[in-house]
Amino acid sequence: MLRAIHLAKQFDGFWAVSDFTLSVRAGEVVAVLGPNGAGKTTSVRMLVSLLRPSRGEAWVAGFNTLTHGKAVRAHVGVLTEQHGLYRRMPAEEYLDFFARLYGINEKSRSERIERWMRYFGLWEFRKQRIANFSKGMRQKLALARALIHEPPVLLLDEPTSAMDPESARLVREAIAGLRSRERAVLLCTHNLAEAESLADRIAIMRAGKIIATGTPRQLKDRWLGLPIYEAATSHPIHNLPPLPPQVEVLQAVGNILRFRSPDWRHYNPLVAQALVQSGFRLVYMRELPRSLEEVYLKVMQHG
Amino acid sequence: MGEWWRQVLLITRREVRDQLRDWRIVLPIVGMTLFFPLLMTLTANAMVNYVQKFGAEIIGERMYPFLMMVVGFFPSSISLVVALESFAGERERRTIEPLLAAPLDDAQLYLGKLLAVLFLPVSVSYVGIVVYLVGLWKAVHWSPPFLTMLLVFLLTGLQAVLMVSGAVVISTQATSVRSANLLASLIIVPVALLLQWESLNLFWQKYSVLWATAAVVAMLSVVAARLGIAHFNREDLLGREIDELNLRWLWRAFWDGFRGGAHSLREWLGVAKNDLHELRWVFLGSLVLLAAAGALGGWLTARYFPPSFAQQVQIADLHKAFTSPMPLINVPLMNWRAALAIWLHNVLTLTVASAAALFTLGVGGVLIAMLPFGIIGGGMVFVGKSGLMSPWAMLAFFILPHGIVEIPAIALYTAATLQMSASLIAPSPGKRLGEVWMYALARWLRVGLVWVIPMLAVAAVLETWLTPWVVMRYFGG
Repeated sequence: MLRAIHLAKQFDGFWAVSDFTLSVRAGEVVAVLGPNGAGKTTSVRMLVSLLRPSRGEAWVAGFNTLTHGKAVRAHVGVLTEQHGLYRRMPAEEYLDFFARLYGINEKSRSERIERWMRYFGLWEFRKQRIANFSKGMRQKLALARALIHEPPVLLLDEPTSAMDPESARLVREAIAGLRSRERAVLLCTHNLAEAESLADRIAIMRAGKIIATGTPRQLKDRWLGLPIYEAATSHPIHNLPPLPPQVEVLQAVGNILRFRSPDWRHYNPLVAQALVQSGFRLVYMRELPRSLEEVYLKVMQHG
Repeated sequence: MGEWWRQVLLITRREVRDQLRDWRIVLPIVGMTLFFPLLMTLTANAMVNYVQKFGAEIIGERMYPFLMMVVGFFPSSISLVVALESFAGERERRTIEPLLAAPLDDAQLYLGKLLAVLFLPVSVSYVGIVVYLVGLWKAVHWSPPFLTMLLVFLLTGLQAVLMVSGAVVISTQATSVRSANLLASLIIVPVALLLQWESLNLFWQKYSVLWATAAVVAMLSVVAARLGIAHFNREDLLGREIDELNLRWLWRAFWDGFRGGAHSLREWLGVAKNDLHELRWVFLGSLVLLAAAGALGGWLTARYFPPSFAQQVQIADLHKAFTSPMPLINVPLMNWRAALAIWLHNVLTLTVASAAALFTLGVGGVLIAMLPFGIIGGGMVFVGKSGLMSPWAMLAFFILPHGIVEIPAIALYTAATLQMSASLIAPSPGKRLGEVWMYALARWLRVGLVWVIPMLAVAAVLETWLTPWVVMRYFGG
């Protein structure tokens, strides 16, 4: 649904984006993580055909962004960091204006406006001027605008930045509800929790270049090593029972055993079995949580 | 095409509604539609009554149409403010991006905005004029002749289009409303001069001059609107964060254009030779344009100068003109100082034309270049009517001996000027307006330096020695 190959953009001798290579399939949510100035917004603008890439190519919804800019824009919904709403306009009129720009006929227009406004809980406020809306309401209205033409590709650039936690949560919930089999969603953010909670895959960007991609688990495995598991027994482990050589014991203190195993499906039951056979009663076994933040910081330092 | 315009008008409609929701725009509009025209009616009456006391009724009569233009101009000046704000303001408020991300062509966005900023002020101007005229009719039973009214309506609309087109170009190139306002003097100064010119001619009732002015303003408006569309692009609106006057970058663009990729004088002359090849069709078009100016000059002379006036001219007058010292420098012909003076005069004329070209996107330059040809055409008809000689003899003996070089030089200048305007209003993907302008200017200057100025020098030498010699021979001197 979205494919970018070595996209790059230069402004007055400065490469804002030097290599953006990424694909997003239909039904997939991909988050692009990166610090301010990493080139996320410029990449999104190139994908919407607002900026002409200095190098590379991209296809969005089957259209080349260089040669079919208008068609690309017709098939993409964009939510920018700045919601870009006309403050003096009533909310319903605002959506109607954009629906007309996208060439939606009158019947579908009113049906879609009502559907999306209800979905985002804005229907009661439809006659109000946007200036009276809270930040969260404005961002949701902007999301409704991005969705009014039901695009197969949704590009969300920093959708919750500069929002209070409650508004941000509302917007995140709304985005989570947009996941669909037909829609590809690209989410640019520097909010790690947001990326982890919403995305199937994550791409980490630094200084204009994507330096790591994968599912959250793949990224953690690659950058933090294999997952660490913790087993708790009913009484202290003084003598560790023999475990398969592939299992790397990291710590056995008190009644806690921490270990790494290359394939948890295969080896974790063997560890549990060995402990039980040695007379320990297993209280629990769990994977120790590894934060995306650690991955992010490691990638930023060494990627 | 219907769908294309529907989207343009959608943008226009939204913008107009937005303007009508802003009391800062609505209040002056109401004032200028109702109160200002009525105030002008009272002013006109008071002034006419006053000047009548001194037997100067004519001033009063001329005051009515003049104030009609004033009533029309003031509301249209609001369009300048709104237009300067159009793109720069949206950019500043960060509302432009969703619009840019909509499936619209650049031209649709541009035209939609252009029409939006024109609609209200021009409507208000026209309503204001109508209110003024109704008030005047009620008060003193005066109404303008239909053509005068049409002319004022036309000039008011065209001035607004010109101002708005220019202001929208500035607005697309500026990064903030503040910088757009600062750059607005580029529009305000020429429009103020234009208004003074129109006022003067309206007082003097030189309506033919005003019709010609309307034609020029219409041309300029089209060129400015085309320039705006050609150089409007989404990338510029989003890509730049600050307005920088990067003189080094401008100089590099100019120098690259001037050099044309040459590394030696020889190569550079080759580039200049190539300019001639590139300009060949425009050159031919310019010759036609100059010939048309000559024909127009001839037609006007035939129409406005009675034969009796022409017949008063004696052959001795022409003889005297060619044997007396030249005015200003007091040097007779067939003298190096005279040749130098002629050359400098011609170069100076083209410099003035060039300055006009820079401020009018080439239109002023072309018109000034056409002027001498109108005079020549007029002169030919004049001597023909006087019975002194055939117009063609005048062309052959008085003009062509030096004109054989001078006419192509001026045609080349005209062609280069037209090409400069054309390159400004042609889309140049990936290039900024300043860069395109510097490049066009550099090429134009190259043609001037390598071809036009030397040709004018040759023409001046011919005009000093050959033309008088031919004329003397013709008259048997």
